[in-house]
Amino acid sequence: MHKYILRRVLLLIPVMLGVSFVVFTIMFFTPGDPAKIMLGERAPAEEVALLRTQMGLDDPFHIQFFNFVKNAVQGDLGRSLVTKRPVAAEIWSRFPATLQLSAAAVLIAILMGIPIGIISATKQYSAFDMISMVIALLGVSMPNFWQGMMMILLFSITFRVLPSSGYGTLGHLIMPAATIGTSAAAVITRMTRSSMLEVVRQDYIRTARAKGLSERVVINRHALKNALIPIVTVIGLQFGSLLGGAVLTESIFSWPGVGRFMVDAIRTKDYPSVQGGVLMLALTFSIVNLAVDILYAYIDPRIKAQYK
Amino acid sequence: MSHTIIAPPAGTAAATASPVKKRSQLAEVWRRLVRNKMAMFGLVVISLIIAAAITADWISPYDYRTQDLNAISQKPNAQHILGTDDLGRDILSRIIHGTRISLLVGFVSVSISVAVGGGLGAVSGYYGGTLDNVIMRFMDVLLAIPSILLAIAIVSAFGGGIINVMIAVGISSVPSYARIVKASVISIKENEFIEAARAIGASDFRIVTKHILPNAMAPIIVQATLGVAGAILSAAGLSFIGMGIQPPTPEWGAMLSNGRHIIRTAWHVATFPGLAIMLTIFALNLLGDGLRDALDPRLKN
Repeated sequence: MHKYILRRVLLLIPVMLGVSFVVFTIMFFTPGDPAKIMLGERAPAEEVALLRTQMGLDDPFHIQFFNFVKNAVQGDLGRSLVTKRPVAAEIWSRFPATLQLSAAAVLIAILMGIPIGIISATKQYSAFDMISMVIALLGVSMPNFWQGMMMILLFSITFRVLPSSGYGTLGHLIMPAATIGTSAAAVITRMTRSSMLEVVRQDYIRTARAKGLSERVVINRHALKNALIPIVTVIGLQFGSLLGGAVLTESIFSWPGVGRFMVDAIRTKDYPSVQGGVLMLALTFSIVNLAVDILYAYIDPRIKAQYK
Repeated sequence: MSHTIIAPPAGTAAATASPVKKRSQLAEVWRRLVRNKMAMFGLVVISLIIAAAITADWISPYDYRTQDLNAISQKPNAQHILGTDDLGRDILSRIIHGTRISLLVGFVSVSISVAVGGGLGAVSGYYGGTLDNVIMRFMDVLLAIPSILLAIAIVSAFGGGIINVMIAVGISSVPSYARIVKASVISIKENEFIEAARAIGASDFRIVTKHILPNAMAPIIVQATLGVAGAILSAAGLSFIGMGIQPPTPEWGAMLSNGRHIIRTAWHVATFPGLAIMLTIFALNLLGDGLRDALDPRLKN
């Protein structure tokens, strides 16, 4: 088991190297001279040239990439071209806000998605099932950023019960978390339903029922446990689109997280910040997926047995 | 001839078709799709949206570019059914013209993903070995970046505009197609009819394109239908943060972004383009779900 976890953790290294390479390459070929952006359009040519040499921008691609990775490993993601502060510090100070938002959204998604999915599956083709499936599909179809705006329209402008932007209190958290959480909830509901339906047809469920176990025990103890693997996978994968969705949602609600930082950085052509932001969110996503994979082993003893 | 042989990749109609009356596979799929009311609803809505895109110039009540400064930010009324925006342009006309942009972006992006991802997946699955390893590890890297972030990175580097948006959105979902196609190719390539094709001297390219891929179409079609929905959403998201298709193009995401700033005074400017996006995506999702059930009845619950 420990060997498995260690192997998976080590696998993160080449993946993150690859991600750095992709992101660095994209930013490398971006038109526009970072030194010029930093000094402003009117800076004298000699000063720009000097800064270019200092920043290592005249080095060939592979040297620049090597230096970038070397620095990144030491926690140095370069300096923001706009604020001139270290990108790592900028991101780090905003990271808790993004994490808080994502965690709240995942919580909403799980608390809504799994129970609704289970009820839908146990009462297949009932009115509840039909209605919740249509709503779930609408939830999947709704653009996150539009949903956020509609919530502002409803709860902040019309009813004036929730603040439309800002950070700090629970009231500030509700709308952005619900915006991202409900679309993830829709996906989880659909997955829970189909996974449960798959499981309840199995022979061991018939056996459990034949033994005279109550329906509650059959569903909660026997069916759910076996249906959980694909559900957990989807929750892990949703975390990725959730982090992506956070980028848009954070800017709507002026949430001071990594996402809004990135959108602002894109607007000001602050490439090191964009690069650092993508890298950090990709790392977070990979760690979550790693955690999900390790979690499997605890849910499913069959997987654990493979790595004994 | 050989491409008419039906290999059963993960449950095609062949397994369930009755031996008494043989229908073609396509007819069987269509029959199952027609019986699915939700999928049919989706198909009808999509057809209407496509029709609106084609006839946009004739059915729009106003020119989508005309700014009527006497009718700025009007709420929905008899003259302007969905109201006007802050420049006095008719929102309904802009939404109708927006169907062209969204459908174009959706279909072209998915075509890019299918061509690139499908090609890589086919090569990976067919040849295996080192090449497979290199391709799939690269796909793992791309998968580690949430796809909207990858798209954002690409457009922020190369600039907005419809072409770059289509490329960015297309590339960002390449890995899922590569995985799906690879899995199908692996399950099909061991069949006897592939061996037969090889025995009569067919080239690798011919075997993959004429014999394997036609039999792997089912999952690709399903993923592509759902993918068009995803691509439209991503493109709208990019435009929304100002990185995608630029105003004054009547793109739904850009219209939403414009409406966001005046939401306190003119709620309708942001509301209706969003509804248009939702309806389109909803219909595509219904159709995609229906296609999946029709193409692979064993998966249907």
